[in-house]
Amino acid sequence: MSEPMKLEALDFTKSYGSTQVLKGVSLRAKRGDVVSLIGSSGSGKSTFLRCINFLENPDSGRLVLDGREVATRKGADGRLVVADEAGLRALRVRLAMVFQHFNLWSHMTARQNVTFAPLNVLGLSRAEAQERADHYLDRVGLNPTLAQSYPGHMSGGQQQRVAIARALAMEPEILLFDEPTSALDPELVGEVLKVMQSLAEEGRTMVVVTHEMGFARNVSSHVQFLHQGRIEEEGPPSEILISPQTPRLQAFLSGNLK
Amino acid sequence: MIETLLTYGQAYLWHDGIQLSGLVVTLTLLAISLVLGLCLSLPLAVARVSSNRALSWPVQVFTFVFRGTPLYVQLLIIYTGMYQLEIIRETPFVAGFFRSGFNCVVLALVLNTSAYTTEFLAGALRAIPPGEVEAARAYGLGRVAIWTKLLIPSALRRALPSYSNEVIFMLHATAIAFTATVPDLMKVAGDVNAETYMPFEAYGIAAMIYLGTAMLLLGIFRLIERRFLAYASPRKA
Repeated sequence: MSEPMKLEALDFTKSYGSTQVLKGVSLRAKRGDVVSLIGSSGSGKSTFLRCINFLENPDSGRLVLDGREVATRKGADGRLVVADEAGLRALRVRLAMVFQHFNLWSHMTARQNVTFAPLNVLGLSRAEAQERADHYLDRVGLNPTLAQSYPGHMSGGQQQRVAIARALAMEPEILLFDEPTSALDPELVGEVLKVMQSLAEEGRTMVVVTHEMGFARNVSSHVQFLHQGRIEEEGPPSEILISPQTPRLQAFLSGNLK
Repeated sequence: MIETLLTYGQAYLWHDGIQLSGLVVTLTLLAISLVLGLCLSLPLAVARVSSNRALSWPVQVFTFVFRGTPLYVQLLIIYTGMYQLEIIRETPFVAGFFRSGFNCVVLALVLNTSAYTTEFLAGALRAIPPGEVEAARAYGLGRVAIWTKLLIPSALRRALPSYSNEVIFMLHATAIAFTATVPDLMKVAGDVNAETYMPFEAYGIAAMIYLGTAMLLLGIFRLIERRFLAYASPRKA
């Protein structure tokens, strides 16, 4: 029997008031897959990503990891929540997220940012956590002299690389990227994309919400194009980004690819 | 002035021959009220920023009342007013508490400083970017850990500049203690004035001691801020 899917997020729906932002969106990733979610602003791609680790609660949907469904229940507001605190924590330990605005803890140094969750969530010893931090800060190519610097004293690219190290230090099974380069100055985008590309080449499972069509084309194994809360078109990047079938993706790409 | 200092120096600083007095009493009042005030204002600040009105509303009333009335009036109500109430007089433990001028001064100072400290701690909590909380949630931290490991340590740092200000205000606020017969620095200055009829010297010496203490406290806070607010300072070249 073949290996079960690493990650399956099935039929996610969500609405804010009368606006339905997700109308049944699904995503399947095998181990080592890099899935890019593309689409214009408001298409629901970030919301979908944030529902996968329950930072936002969908109205309905099923989340399956390694063939096992994550137990959920209806929360007080009628939205779907993970059945219990322990289950939610276990889920979030397996999926680490990198944010558009880095969301580093501003009063902690780069190194403290990377050791914080391993110390307080995984229960690592200080020595182990620091060893991990140094390893992953090196992995994302951060100059060791910056390990003791605070986020406010670093460039956006450096901050985002620290944020990636913070995610890696949890040694998660899946990495979620929410527009990781959208808040960066154009000349800093490359250093972050390079790190992400090398992570993909390592065989990590990644879900990436991105506006970087070059990244989607060259690095991802699968691309999903979202439009108004639905998957309009999906497939291998060599097919759908080169010869899109739907007029909406054609229009989107002609606006994006110069 | 030298003569006054030689005669009364000891009383100004620590002992008037009968009991502890002067600066030592002032610093004791300051230390007790700051420690108790901070312990009280941390949970109050957390309640103050709560979205639950049943939690935030009473705290808001408390801070409004104690920031909206003069400390001197608060002390007089606690020291002289409370004892007028029968329920206070008739309850032995409570009556004993309010008979002591020292207790009354500490209570007034604690309530007053907690009201101010609660408000700027609440402000510091609100100033923490929501993204930082979101990241902590995304990395599996529970609600309690987010408060104790992230929000409170971060807010305490952000509140440091306001807190150093509050400490200096409180140092000066202890000068109301003499009203309740507590032999603090101000009480000694009053006594010296009464004995020597030299108010310039009597209060001038007290002023110099307050000033020196304030300078020392500010120096200490500068060192603390350099360490704990390094993240918010301009980058060193």
